[in-house]
Formats: sequence, structure tokens, C-alpha cells
Amino acid sequence: MLDLSALVPVDLHYQVSKLLSDYVECIDDDRLEEWPQLFVEDCLYQVIARENADRGLPTSAMYCDSRGMLRDRVVALRHANIYAKHYYRHVLSNVNVKGVQDGEVLVQSNYVVLQTLVEGDTKVFNAGKYLDRIVATPDGLRFKRKVVVFDTYRIPNLLVTPL
Amino acid sequence: MNAIREPALGHLRWPTAGGSQVPYGVFTDPAIYELEQQRLFRGDAWSFVALEAEIPASGDYKSTFVGDSPVVVSRAEDGSIHAYVNRCAHRGAAICRELRGNVQNHTCVYHQWAYDLKGNLIGVPFRRGLNGQGGMPADFDMKKHGLQKLRVDAYAGLVFATFSDSVEPLQDYLGPMPCKAIDRIMSRPITVLGDQRQYVAGNWKLYAENTRDPYHASLLHLFHCTFGLYRSSQKGVSVMDAKRRHSMLTAMRGTDEGKVDGYQDTRTYNTDFTLADPSVLAGKPDFDDGVTLVILAVFPNLVVQQIANTLAVRQIIPRGVDKFELVWTQFGYADDDSEMQAIRNKQGNLIGPAGLISMEDGEAVEIVHRSIIRDQDQTSYIAMGGEQAKDAEHLVTEGSIIGFWEYYREVMGWAA
Ligand code: FES
Ligand SMILES: [Fe+2]
Repeated sequence: MLDLSALVPVDLHYQVSKLLSDYVECIDDDRLEEWPQLFVEDCLYQVIARENADRGLPTSAMYCDSRGMLRDRVVALRHANIYAKHYYRHVLSNVNVKGVQDGEVLVQSNYVVLQTLVEGDTKVFNAGKYLDRIVATPDGLRFKRKVVVFDTYRIPNLLVTPL
Repeated sequence: MNAIREPALGHLRWPTAGGSQVPYGVFTDPAIYELEQQRLFRGDAWSFVALEAEIPASGDYKSTFVGDSPVVVSRAEDGSIHAYVNRCAHRGAAICRELRGNVQNHTCVYHQWAYDLKGNLIGVPFRRGLNGQGGMPADFDMKKHGLQKLRVDAYAGLVFATFSDSVEPLQDYLGPMPCKAIDRIMSRPITVLGDQRQYVAGNWKLYAENTRDPYHASLLHLFHCTFGLYRSSQKGVSVMDAKRRHSMLTAMRGTDEGKVDGYQDTRTYNTDFTLADPSVLAGKPDFDDGVTLVILAVFPNLVVQQIANTLAVRQIIPRGVDKFELVWTQFGYADDDSEMQAIRNKQGNLIGPAGLISMEDGEAVEIVHRSIIRDQDQTSYIAMGGEQAKDAEHLVTEGSIIGFWEYYREVMGWAA
């Protein structure tokens, strides 16, 4: 029988949830410059449509394999890209800490991103899942790998802010 | 036909004979949208429907659209490719409900009428009734109740379909200029890398304009310009086929060093903007002609692109007068080594709905569409390069857009 008193993954779950919350907060509160800091230098951030992920095909909406590329995304959206002002609101659920493997915490969770445009209406913009590999660093937990598999494979107009 | 035509077209005025001033009503009027479905998408035009590489094996199929008509493209046992309307001959249900797959035959879920891979009806449950009761009429002829078939033809691995019996053969329809451009990009066997779908709240012709417009590319797409992927100061051309319905623009990266002063009166070309990780721009030439950017727009619904090392077809699917969908299918060559695969994968950041250099096109369409809903007789003004549908050996022109409109007027039956 399960020895309930021996169960301690609560701390890990708390730390992981905190990282995920920090992640969505810095996007939703438009502190995008802080967003790359939640990744290790040698990271992977991939945003891929479910229809491609299911077929094992590589085409991704975003594919960044260094923290530098994440910074570049933010600099580009601040200074180069043209798009309508909008806000995101992430709703995160099902944070499932699956285990620890070779020093990486494997986590899967669900997200919904609501988008509000300047006209003021809020719509479901995108839904999907996060497949994360998280590592411990001197600065706290950081993403080593974040794969965003989105169910909403038809993107309304454009995807500029990271999911 | 005339009864629909006159009232639909009569109320919009084109102030000049050519295509340099377009009444905004052509983007917003539902009657014109209906007429386009009839005259362009179901008229004498070949619409792009698939890459052969998407349906390599017998039984492979893809569901897609010609105009806004749902169509299935499938490969039969003998290797031939077929296209038919995705609508059961019985009561009209969709016979194919997935984006893609592989089947022995298509069976409608509603009453299980079955069709072979060429669209012929091969089975009707209870056709002779049950226990002597019911059943189809005695003169029921399976041959007369197949799926509605389209003509299909392929050129260099690109599959096109048409509802028309009278349109010229595909290769003639494309013409020498597009064929040459397609031959170049499709010169080796390809592998499909995946799809991206972008849904834009605007009329599909605003995108037809956009892809024939070398003028905007260095002004709207700052990322493009800053890193020299495309600048109007580069060597390039803007050319059309003989009928001016298809067009191509090309550019050669690295041909304007030291002569980019022309940008001083624009908001673009921010030289302070540098990349922390420039690997996204690192590539290897796919072709030895020095051309690093090709946008080939094939009337009415296809764009074939080479932007650096990204190769893709974009299919334009109209979804109503104020919406269209853009399906980007990215591909590489079957013999790409792992380094080349990694390059294409990373440069994927440049294109599609999240593309660092392509995301603005959807935005451009939407800001136009939202602003033109009133004053339908007022027009755009398309004059860069001399207000004429002319080819150019430079990129500071809107000639191909004018060509598009002149051909459009012709097929729609709008007297010039
Ligand atoms: S509608 Fe297809 S079998 Fe009846
Ligand atoms: Fe563009």
C-alpha cells in the first residue's frame, strides 16, 4: 500500500508551477524582455502545429535553439514587426510533473491563450499543450526545452507574441 | 448568366480603362464574390490543389478546396491523380472528413455509399432492398451517380484541378515564364516538411495584390530589409506572363552593398538592430544563379516561394468576401543532408503566420479591408513604376498588380 507520509513531490510540483506561472505572467503582463531569462542559454523553444507534430514533420511556427534567438524574437517584435496591439491571457491547467530523468524534470500541461485586441473583445486565440524539460540552475528552475504543440492549427492573422 | 452579370458589375465604376485604380467595392461586394466563384474558380482557370509529394502512394488523399468548393485529391491504384467534389452523390454529405489519409475507397458515413479512388460509385447498401422490400429503382445506374469530377493535371510535381472543360492544357495555362520558375524550384525530388494555416480577415484579392507587390516588401517588412534578405535596392525583376495573370518577383541578396542610401526617407533600415544569434540567417545556396528570393504568383490561388533556403507553396482559399485562408506547405529536397535540414528548419522562423518577414502581410490585408467597407466607388491608386502593367528590371514598381487587375477585369467580363 502507498505510504502517504513518504510522498514528497509537492515541493517539486510547487517549484515547477511557480516557473510556469512566471512564464505566462511575463508574457501576459508584457514583460517580454524577461521571458528569455526563464530559459537556459542552450535551450529549445519550439511552437508546432499539432497536425505537423502528429505526422512527425518538423515545420514549426517558431523554432529557437538558443536563448539568443528568443531575445531576437522579442527585439524583432518590439522594433521590426508590424501588428495590431493586443493582449494575451494564458489559462494554464493540468500541470503534470511526470518525473525526473537525467537531471531534467518532465512536465506536461495544458494552456489556453485568450487574445484581446484594441476593439476590446476577447477571443480564444490558441489552445494546446506544453511539453517541458526543466533543469535546476543557480538562478532557480529554468526551461531547457519547451515544445508548444498547438491544437488551434489555423492561426487568426498572425502569431507574433510567443505562446 | 447575363442576368447575374450585369447588375453585379454595373454599379461599380472603374475610373480608368486599365488596372491602376480599383474600386473598393470589388473587395467587399458579395455579388462579386459569387461571380468570382463562377468565372474564376469554376471558370477557365487551373487551381493549385496539392503537391504530388503529399499523396505519394495509392489511396493517399488530401482534402482541400477549389475556390470555396470542397475537393478531394486522391491517388488511384494505377498511380493516376484524381480530384472530385467532396460531396456524396446521394444526399450531399462530405465523403471525406479528414485533412489527409490513406483509404481503399471513400465511404460516406451517412448511408455508406462507397466510391473508388477515381470517384466512381461502387457500392450502395440495400441497393436491391431487404427481404424483397425497398431498394433502388430498377433503372438505377451506378455509373450515373459518381462524385462530381474535376479535370486534373500536374506540372513538375504541382497538382492543379479545374471545373472547366474549355480551359487550355495546364502547361499552356501556366506559360513559359511560370514553367521555367517552377522547373527551377522543382528540379529535384522534394519532401514535404509540414503545413501552416493562416486565416486572414480580408478579401483574397488583397493578398493577390500583396504577392505581386515588390514595392512594399522592403518598407513593411523591416526584418527583411535590415538583414539584407530583400531590399528594393537589390538586383531583381518584376515580370508577368503574356496574359499578365501570373507574375514573378525575384531578388538577389548582396547586390546592393554601398548603395542603400535611398532608404533615408523611410522608417525602415534600422542599423542598430542586430541579432544575438544570427544563425537564423545562415544558409547555403540552393541554386547557382544567385537569386535568393522568388515569389511566383500563379493565378488564381497559388504562390510558389523561395526565400533564402525556405521553399514553400502557399494556397489561397477564399472563405467568403471578407476572409481567406492561406495554407503554407513547406518542403525541402529529398536529398538534403542533415545540415540542410537544420537550415530549412531554422529559417522556417522567417515565413508563415509567425514568420519574422512574412507575418505583416496578413496584417496589411486586414488594415486595408477594415478601412474600405464604405465609399465603394472610391478607388486605390496604383502607379509606382509608371501606372502601367509593365515588366521591370527593378523592384520599385507596381506593374504586376496592374496586370492582375487588367486580367481580372477581362475574365470577370468588366469592359476595360
Ligand atoms: S449522403 Fe452519402 S450515403 Fe447518403
Ligand atoms: Fe509582404
